[in-house]
Amino acid sequence: MIHYFNTLKVFTFVLHPWLVCKLTDMHPSILLNVCMCCFAGAGQDVGRSCILVSIGGKNIMLDCGMHMGYNDDRRFPDFSYITQNGRLTEFLDCVIISHFHLDHCGALPYMSEMVGYDGPIYMTHPTKAICPILLEDFRKITVDKKGETNFFTSQMIKDCMKKVVPLNLHQTVQVDEELEIKAYYAGHVLGAAMVQIKVGSESVVYTGDYNMTPDRHLGAAWIDKCRPDLLISESTYATTIRDSKRCRERDFLKKVHETVERGGKVLIPVFALGRAQELCILLETFWERMNLKAPIYFSTGLTEKANHYYKLFITWTNQKIRKTFVQRNMFEFKHIKAFDRSYADNPGPMVVFATPGMLHAGQSLLIFKKWAGNEKNMVIMPGYCVQGTVGHKILNGQKKLEMEGRATVIIGTLDVKLQVEYMSFSAHADAKGIMQLIRMAEPRNMLLVHGEAKKMEFLKDKIEQEFSISCYMPANGETTSIVTNPSVPVDISLNLLKREMALGGPLPDAKRPRTMHGTLIMKDNSLRLVSPEQALKELGLSEHQLRFTCRVQLHDPHSDNDTLGRIYTHLKSVLKTYSIQHVPDGTVIVESIVIKVTSSAEEPNLKVILLSWSYQDEELGSFLSTLLKKGLPS
Amino acid sequence: MSAHINHVVVVLQQVSLEEVPAKKLRLTKPSKSAALHIDLCKATSPTDALQYLLSFARRPVEAESVEGVVRILLEHYYKESDNSVRLKIASLLGLLSKTQGFAPDCIVDDAINTLNNEKSHQVLAQLLGTLLIIGTQLPDKIAVVQRLIDVACKHLSSTYFGVRNKCLQLLGCLGTVDKPLSKETDAGPGAQTSHVRDVQSVISDYFQDQDPRVRTAAIKAMLQLHERGMKIQQTIYNQACKLLSDDYEQVRSAAVQMVWVLSQLYPESIVPIPSSNEEIRLVDDSFGKICHMVSDGSWVVRVQAAKLLGSMHQVSPHFLEQTLDKKLMSDLRRKRTAHERAKELYASGEFSSGRRWADDAPKEKVDTSGVNLIDSGACGAFVHGLEDEMYEVRISAVEALCSLAQSSPSFAEKCLDFLVDMFNDEIEEVRLQSIHVLRQISTHITLREDQLDTVLAVLEDSSRDIREALHELLCYTNVSTKDCIQLALVELLKNLTKYPTDRNSVWKCLKFLGARHPTLVLPIVPELLSTHPYFDTPEPDMDDPAYIAVLVLVFNAAKSCPTMPALFSDHTFRHYAYLRDSLSHLVPHLRVRNLSALESAQNFLQDSLVRVSALQNLETPGAQDLLEFTIRDLLRLGELQTELAGSADFCATYLHCQLLLTKALQEKLWTMAVPLCLKQNWLSFDDLEFLYSGLETQQIATIHNIRLQAKALQLILTARSKPGVDRVLGACEKFLQDVESFQRLFMTELPHFQDSFVEKLLELMPRLTTCKPLDLVKILQTTLRQSGFIHLKLPEQIHRASATIIEPTGESDNPLKFTTGLVVALDIDATLEHVQDPQTSVKVQVLYPDGQSHIIHPKPGDFRTPGPGRVRLITQVYLSHSAWTEACQIEVRLLLAYSSSSSKQSASKPAWNESMGGLPTSESCIESTIHLSKPVKVFIMPKPARR
Repeated sequence: MIHYFNTLKVFTFVLHPWLVCKLTDMHPSILLNVCMCCFAGAGQDVGRSCILVSIGGKNIMLDCGMHMGYNDDRRFPDFSYITQNGRLTEFLDCVIISHFHLDHCGALPYMSEMVGYDGPIYMTHPTKAICPILLEDFRKITVDKKGETNFFTSQMIKDCMKKVVPLNLHQTVQVDEELEIKAYYAGHVLGAAMVQIKVGSESVVYTGDYNMTPDRHLGAAWIDKCRPDLLISESTYATTIRDSKRCRERDFLKKVHETVERGGKVLIPVFALGRAQELCILLETFWERMNLKAPIYFSTGLTEKANHYYKLFITWTNQKIRKTFVQRNMFEFKHIKAFDRSYADNPGPMVVFATPGMLHAGQSLLIFKKWAGNEKNMVIMPGYCVQGTVGHKILNGQKKLEMEGRATVIIGTLDVKLQVEYMSFSAHADAKGIMQLIRMAEPRNMLLVHGEAKKMEFLKDKIEQEFSISCYMPANGETTSIVTNPSVPVDISLNLLKREMALGGPLPDAKRPRTMHGTLIMKDNSLRLVSPEQALKELGLSEHQLRFTCRVQLHDPHSDNDTLGRIYTHLKSVLKTYSIQHVPDGTVIVESIVIKVTSSAEEPNLKVILLSWSYQDEELGSFLSTLLKKGLPS
Repeated sequence: MSAHINHVVVVLQQVSLEEVPAKKLRLTKPSKSAALHIDLCKATSPTDALQYLLSFARRPVEAESVEGVVRILLEHYYKESDNSVRLKIASLLGLLSKTQGFAPDCIVDDAINTLNNEKSHQVLAQLLGTLLIIGTQLPDKIAVVQRLIDVACKHLSSTYFGVRNKCLQLLGCLGTVDKPLSKETDAGPGAQTSHVRDVQSVISDYFQDQDPRVRTAAIKAMLQLHERGMKIQQTIYNQACKLLSDDYEQVRSAAVQMVWVLSQLYPESIVPIPSSNEEIRLVDDSFGKICHMVSDGSWVVRVQAAKLLGSMHQVSPHFLEQTLDKKLMSDLRRKRTAHERAKELYASGEFSSGRRWADDAPKEKVDTSGVNLIDSGACGAFVHGLEDEMYEVRISAVEALCSLAQSSPSFAEKCLDFLVDMFNDEIEEVRLQSIHVLRQISTHITLREDQLDTVLAVLEDSSRDIREALHELLCYTNVSTKDCIQLALVELLKNLTKYPTDRNSVWKCLKFLGARHPTLVLPIVPELLSTHPYFDTPEPDMDDPAYIAVLVLVFNAAKSCPTMPALFSDHTFRHYAYLRDSLSHLVPHLRVRNLSALESAQNFLQDSLVRVSALQNLETPGAQDLLEFTIRDLLRLGELQTELAGSADFCATYLHCQLLLTKALQEKLWTMAVPLCLKQNWLSFDDLEFLYSGLETQQIATIHNIRLQAKALQLILTARSKPGVDRVLGACEKFLQDVESFQRLFMTELPHFQDSFVEKLLELMPRLTTCKPLDLVKILQTTLRQSGFIHLKLPEQIHRASATIIEPTGESDNPLKFTTGLVVALDIDATLEHVQDPQTSVKVQVLYPDGQSHIIHPKPGDFRTPGPGRVRLITQVYLSHSAWTEACQIEVRLLLAYSSSSSKQSASKPAWNESMGGLPTSESCIESTIHLSKPVKVFIMPKPARR
């Protein structure tokens, strides 16, 4: 299903910083490499990310996510794009997972175990550690709670994780002889990485999700000026420029503090990983700074395991945590304790983090029901809520909620008296952040994924306008091909190089191309640039001299010899830097050009000047012929 | 030993070879160069030679033998085939030419010659480095410098980056503009050779070098030229700007500096904006470019850019204000920033909403073409800088904000919100810095209520530094409404209950707050004092720190608001009297109920002095009583009127000295009481001289006069009590020396000393120096009796160095228990006022009951300076002792150390700098101490270790 684009075109290739050779014809055995993306997911859609890239003959799958909104086959990427039946192994060289969010790794066991893939899967160490926890949790909810069958099993997750090869930041991993990948820090969540994929001189950078502004526990994404041929960037916030994080943090802290001081209880529904840790750190340090005593609880479960990993992967966190962990690991919370169901009825102020984040089920909803009646209490929604959830309802100001018991029987209404706050803590790069990353990496082409079409359109225009690079935004299932400009290495013989060096002026200038003469030999898939003599010798050919001759007629009353003398003086005055000789046998020699004068038989005044030059001196020869055609100065 | 003899021989040979006469033979210690020669000759392998050279480099070489050593080194240099050894020799040459007292002219030629035959690039680079060192030693020798520059130009075309680096460095350090590098022929663009241009264009050619290290070196060389006072041409600007987008961070970092330098040199020149035909000032353009670098990929560059922004004061205001501007949008709709919303809410009278979801919902639609995502200008540079990942960048950004805000009030107003936001940073250093910055710019700004609210939230911080910085900030803050005052008071009181140790700081803060906003305090006075128009309210507890805090606020406001006292109830006045007495530094004088003011206090002081000065002879009956009363009055005055405390104390101490001296003289019998008196006197003298700042020469001379009197008295006493000429002789000589040094020091002041002891002494000087000790004693005795009393003229401002130990309070009954032999840390918190150079002079003394005393030097880092003239010392002293049977008190106090020479002159330097002229200060200095604070008693209990 994956096509190679065989495009032939005129191209320039760089031999050496200061040597550029222009070729107009190319042997068809050297193919131009084309980078191609094929989307099984991602595209103009927030949900499942799955991108296929074909670069230099290698096929790579970037992320393997699932869509949380669907409960049927649509939640996983359509792998039939790659192959109708049979395993994926032979079609894919490697799979790279950028971070542990389920929309980036949720379909991994499905792909590797159920569809079938045995090749390497690359992810960073923290992702490798946390990913199986989330997958297991996800499996439990779908299989045990919803009772679905035909889903991947725990064993499958384990088997899948065995295929994972861990990556370190800035470590170049050789997947095979030609393909290499390198991970960069991406912020967003613990262990999130941007990946540079390189085959020969072509490269692609895939950002995954990233964040350009640091937060309380993670740093900002960073990449060096790697100038990839293509940068594939997420564009969740393509049309947003966000306010400073500090205001939001301060507001959040102030609200929590005020409520706690009043003696109220604060409920913060969160998803177990990512933002929850950031908020924990935020509250923990605030409690520490302000010397507050009210207890903070975190509902147990998978968070505890995850916190454990946060403690371990200190090198992936921000400057503050990295620098202070010797004294105290910030994730060893002093004020935050495990929550027990019975604590909810305790008197006095408290702050509770509870899952899930949209208040649609579980502990957070339970606590919410208990506390909703008291206007001293507060619930803070730190993220977006899907329509239909309790979270969405209360955010829209609903004051009475109909509570469902088992089997969706309405068992009563609940008065919502507590205060409802909304605080968005998102860890995606905003429009400015995306532009900043482009400026950092300086790609030649840009491809936007993971966003809504309308918003991406805006950003696309902006990118094209600001950086004048082409930008693509393929829809789901669409293939984009990008023409790259790879450099083709050519061996150059040392002798030739030295000869050219000896000819040329002072120092080689790195930034300026320089022309040189040579012969390009293409033989056995190798390219060599050698001196003409050597080429002749190697190919067993004899050298042919090519000379041009040209006659110029000139009216001149003087004798032949005098005319020649006049030509000599004229040339001498025009061509100051060239060696001009007047040979006694009646010729003038300029470098290799021979000039002779004969007078025509009929008209003694009409002189015929014979010019002869070799192919190498073509330029000077044609210059002289035009010069002499203009006549001699009187 | 035999080696040594050999050395001598070798040196002599070498010297005779060079045919330099006697001068060289003066090499008294020939071992150095000769030993080297021997070693090098012995060396069989390059590694050995290198070892010898390395060990040789560790020892210093005397200036006079440097040249010999250099010759030997060069000789070996030519013979040596190993690169590393030649490299080491080259570096040694550089090292040697730096030797003090050695003029490297003589080795210039040799050093340049070595360059010609050198093949190794590394050694070449090192040799050029050596030349650079030589060149910097000889900046005045124009011929030498010119030669070196020529050499550098020649080697600029080397293929090795290190050589080019060194050449550029050389050009940067030695190049001159006034002289073109070679004979000037045709400076047009068609000139073929690069030799005709000046240093700057030669250097700027290498801005495009292929090696980033060379590019960096080129920019650095250019900066070096600038530092040396050369004017950099404006043409460099464009080249430097191009380098801002270099791939390598060190290049960008240097380029940022270069752009900054040029912006300072040519702020007003006009540069075109590319891709449009508009033009802007160069300083604005470069400001924009540097702002852009605040979001660079490398944090080193970001720090540098942020720092430099702070010093670009000439930039136009609208550019400046852009740095805080970040157009927000959400789904292509314009969104207001939280700051703007807060401001609007405040303006509309609604306070602290934000309870609704999406009240920050975006309003109007943004024109897509109008949104500029990457701004070429300065947009949002500081917003980015303040949000940066690295705290180094954030701190630099905060500092830059401060410096820009100080020069532009409107910008100060704008950056307020951002600074306030920084109070919430995760790194304490950044928080502290932003509070300090806000204090520095607070003269320009008035805080809005919502802003004040955020500022005050930080009062609950558990870090004392943060809280105190904030108190300091509040001292200087202007607020806009009476609600703000109330808010601040409430928060400060909350602070007080949460952290009772902040008491002093909070009170002081309220003092300034009240004094600054009398009109805002006025309407809330009844509420604050909980008075009622017709009901009597219960009298508040006078010992409640919170109530004192309120009173401090009200009284300070009342100082400049004469209508306020009318609102006070009776007990308030009573409390006023009490507080005025007990906390006189916090409670100002109020014009209520016939209490005297500052001027009258001043008058009182003057009157007292005049009254005393009326006394001609202290021996008249009643005179001493008068003196005693005056001393008592003055001391009391000092307590009441903090402004005059220094002067009053000074006078009192002086008079006290005088009184003691007179008493001692009066004792006809010269009983044993006199030595005691004297001892007391000595202490007071040192106090007088070193504890007070702001003294003029005249006062010091007066002090020295009285000190001489005391010394004379002592001399007499010695002569009487211990007969024996030898002793007295020594003492007499010493005394005469003192008199002489007095004369030397205070020559100009002598006219003021008519009829004084000193004047009389000086008159008698010729006689004194010749006569016998016993005669001298007799003369002194009569002179002492005859000499009059010198009146003190009061200088403008005298400050008494003082210290108060805040912690420990000495009130605790619980002993500090610790195991014998181990240490226990005692927290000391003290404020020092008017102490000069506290880091070196203030010590902590711990006095154990058994008479042992320890002096502890606090670390320099323990001293913090919250405000001018005030220093806070927060330190820990470690106590230890062997076992006691029961808890006992130790005394802790602060000491002021001063070094006094035998003539007591050098230590008082800060007080009378001018008269110090060209005095010899070679006399041995004796370190002594004066008590600076009252002792505090601490209960400690060393328990024997359990076994």
